[in-house]
Amino acid sequence: MDFTFWDIARNLLVGLQWTLLLSLLAFVCGGLIGLLLLTARIAPQPALRGFARIYIEVFQGTPLLMQLFLVFFGVALLGIDVSPWLAAALSLTLFTSAFLAEIWRGCVEAIPRGQWEASASLALNRFEQLRYVILPQALRIAVPPTVGFSVQVVKGTAVTSIIGFAELTKTGGMLANATFKPFLVYGLVALGYFLLCYPLSLSARYLERRLHVTA
Amino acid sequence: MAYQFDFAPVLQQADLLLRGAWFTLELTVIGTLFGVGLGVVGAVLRAWRIRPFDRLFGVYVELIRNTPFLVQLFFIFFGLPSLGIRLSEWQAAVLAMVVNLGAYSTEIIRAGIQAIPRGQLEAAAALAMNRFEAFRYVVLRPALATVWPALSSQIVIVMLGSAVCSQIAAEELSFAANFIQSRNFRAFETYLLTTLLYLSMALLLRQVLAWAGRRLVVRRG
Repeated sequence: MDFTFWDIARNLLVGLQWTLLLSLLAFVCGGLIGLLLLTARIAPQPALRGFARIYIEVFQGTPLLMQLFLVFFGVALLGIDVSPWLAAALSLTLFTSAFLAEIWRGCVEAIPRGQWEASASLALNRFEQLRYVILPQALRIAVPPTVGFSVQVVKGTAVTSIIGFAELTKTGGMLANATFKPFLVYGLVALGYFLLCYPLSLSARYLERRLHVTA
Repeated sequence: MAYQFDFAPVLQQADLLLRGAWFTLELTVIGTLFGVGLGVVGAVLRAWRIRPFDRLFGVYVELIRNTPFLVQLFFIFFGLPSLGIRLSEWQAAVLAMVVNLGAYSTEIIRAGIQAIPRGQLEAAAALAMNRFEAFRYVVLRPALATVWPALSSQIVIVMLGSAVCSQIAAEELSFAANFIQSRNFRAFETYLLTTLLYLSMALLLRQVLAWAGRRLVVRRG
């Protein structure tokens, strides 16, 4: 079977959709878990803080590929049939949550202590302090690094090709084998990631500059 | 759940794992030396706007930072032979790491160079330092000292990222893990031990880099 350039591009676009979907899912779910982790990381209870610290340390100190394998083979041990899609989504979510929690912790710690004390003196409980006083201020400085990290999530999805999830890189690998045009195919694959990531990188840079100007 | 964990079949292959870990460290050391070297060159060209190389490096940095390491590796290993450049797994893995770290460290070190006040160079000239001395003591060392923490964490990220080099059959740590689990079918145990090995290597590397930073870069007195 002969592949025209259009055949290659069309198949890669299908793969690109899965890359995009997986990135979005991992980013949203990772953000939610990351928020929980953040509250644990800055909690008054040492046990919670310790747990969050170790969680973050482990996910930042091990390869994403190993995390993926452990989820893929670990969940199977529980007797659940894992599809590559589920394993990919779950491990990328956990990976994302650890990094986002650590990024956001830095932002929360940049808020002056007086803000915590002032909100405590207004009889707000810990949740209300976070919800109404700390997080709204931290959010402003958290946006640029968070957008910047989304690039890492998109790029991280490439690793899921290794457990057989047919996203952009996996599709590229299959096409390269079928067409014997690895230079063209991997070039297009790289271009696909670049088109997703470069706008994110640019907006992260723009947001950061704007923050520094207004701050 | 009736699964019985059994680490013995993995531990029997500990020598394979350790050899893989050693290869990963070798890859990391070579990748770091040349990658950071490339980063210094790129950073100087970018910071001092030396045309046309500053533009070229700018494009290179954006291309690498916005594409996955795995795709870069595949492009080098599978794609470059189309241009007549045929590399072994090792050469491809090393080249991919150098190219990848080179781009990140260009940006990181450039920030360090740009943070040096202009007056410092003028002061160096006033002290009759030649260009080489001025570059070494007034530009490079303070710049590296400023960005050493960022550079260190990027080096650790590159070390962890090298796990995907198993996909082109470079025999580093994750390749050893794949090999072992394919023979004893103890996938979870194998990857758990391998992950712990990576974690300790990351912690160790961070310590070594912090020590090296104190010794080489932030020298006092």
